[in-house]
Amino acid sequence: MSVDLATVKRVARLARIAVSEDEATRMVGEINGILGFVEQLSEVNVDGVEPMTSVTPMEMKKRMDVVSDGSKADDIVANAPNTDRNFFLVPKVVE
Amino acid sequence: MTELTSLTIAEARTKLAGKEITAVELTDAYIAAIDSANEAINAYIAVTPDKAREMAKASDARIAAGKAGALEGIPLGIKDLFGTEGVHTQACSHILDGFAPRYESTVTQNLWNDGAVMLGKLNMDEFAMGSSNETSYYGAVKNPWRAKGSNLDLVPGGSSGGSAAAVAAHLCAGATATDTGGSIRQPAAFTGTVGIKPTYGRCSRWGVVAFASSLDQAGPIARDVRDAAILLESMASVDAKDTTSVDLPVPNYEASIGQSIKGMKIGIPREYRVEGMPEEIESLWQQGIAWLKDAGAEIVDITLPHTKYALPAYYIVAPAEASSNLARYDGVRYGLRVDGKDIVDMYEKTRAAGFGQEVKRRIMIGTYVLSAGYYDAYYLRAQKVRTLIKRDFELAFHAGVDAILTPATPSSAFGIADEDLASDPVKMYLNDIFTVTVNMAGLPGIAVPGGVDHKGLPLGLQLIGKPFEEETLFKTAHVIEQAAGRFTPTKWW
Repeated sequence: MSVDLATVKRVARLARIAVSEDEATRMVGEINGILGFVEQLSEVNVDGVEPMTSVTPMEMKKRMDVVSDGSKADDIVANAPNTDRNFFLVPKVVE
Repeated sequence: MTELTSLTIAEARTKLAGKEITAVELTDAYIAAIDSANEAINAYIAVTPDKAREMAKASDARIAAGKAGALEGIPLGIKDLFGTEGVHTQACSHILDGFAPRYESTVTQNLWNDGAVMLGKLNMDEFAMGSSNETSYYGAVKNPWRAKGSNLDLVPGGSSGGSAAAVAAHLCAGATATDTGGSIRQPAAFTGTVGIKPTYGRCSRWGVVAFASSLDQAGPIARDVRDAAILLESMASVDAKDTTSVDLPVPNYEASIGQSIKGMKIGIPREYRVEGMPEEIESLWQQGIAWLKDAGAEIVDITLPHTKYALPAYYIVAPAEASSNLARYDGVRYGLRVDGKDIVDMYEKTRAAGFGQEVKRRIMIGTYVLSAGYYDAYYLRAQKVRTLIKRDFELAFHAGVDAILTPATPSSAFGIADEDLASDPVKMYLNDIFTVTVNMAGLPGIAVPGGVDHKGLPLGLQLIGKPFEEETLFKTAHVIEQAAGRFTPTKWW
């Protein structure tokens, strides 16, 4: 499989990365190079093989459903580019 | 003062305990070494001398009070991927501009609990994506090693290039690192240092910036095998904050140093003999086999038939997980924000300005392989291939193999801004051909120096073990180290 310029622009949009025309054109070649490289996986017979979901066989850890952390609003917003009274500020989303 | 920086962790520990030196003296020696070398090497992207001296002073007090921890007063460098409270933590990316977390990663907290001293944060490939440390927002790291009679700058490998260079140049006693496809073992091999990626789940991933969560694992880079064992013992823990942290007690790794490997079965996988591999790598491998045989190990040929598919499967799984993990960098909660005409425009401009080329490329690949209609053909197939890769190893271990010996990398360190590699991302990816299988299967792997090539540059051997049998790797790597000796670069900086 390979990608064309329109696909690269669509994927960039999905990934929320602005790309210029030049960048998108360059990426077509690079991404096709990588897709060509991974193409060899199609020669592997994977019939009846389970996909790997965990590298070590272990049961998912569970914890009690109790509050164990919190009241850290100041810490949570401390690194934000724009805040007001413990709220993150973003450009208007709803008109 | 400079000779203090040539002490291994084990040696410094003895001198500190015997009160021959103080932690403050040791820390000051490292800070002086960093001051004079870092402009040339660029291993540190943030140095924390005040914090280091304060921690060292506290260590001296604990030593005096007879309450020294396992790493009391030992100065360490920390890869920029580890969250360190109030200190620069940016995964060497512009998108985390100014980020200083309000928390400490479990691994670094374990080190501080044992008395270690933090010297600063180390350079790395952006978000750990790279094999040369050249994708860092803070510029390339120079390898302390140079070819004989040459002053050409070489890469230290990556992504833990800053960690490996700092350890090799004696700018810290040891360093933390992480390994997603070879990022501990390849730079260790390029710098003549020892690096171990433990079994997936051995070290907590909590507070470590995520790249590919099913592959990422922390481990140390150290001057010798014993130091690597000392560091891993402190870094590893069972952590309720990481659901993939495995519920097994941490063994005394240092106790395995010096144990006999007599009667052990070492597997030699024929698939690791790749086309175009330099003769020197093959002879290094044969030398390693001979050393282990001399020490009483039994050498057996094994087959790992899906080896060649590990790298292509990795370049689906890792970018897919990365595209999902890196979705959080949107200019809202932390780091860089570039304003736009609306919120989507802000996201797109922020991510365009904040991520470097390699990171963008991988996010794009990941987004593509996970997008509607392609999931089965790419991601699901890659995860099935991963099962087959793991099964190859399991069959070898079931047949009685205790550990597997391979070369660590297909070459020695290459030049900074190598045109051949820069023009073709896949060529750069091939650097991880011997290391990536280990991450795909979640196994432990150690890189240990085995010799130098005709240019005088270090080459490494890799040992791969069964899950949670890091002790086997330490004792076997120590046998190689005893035979090969240790390797230190000639100072030019």
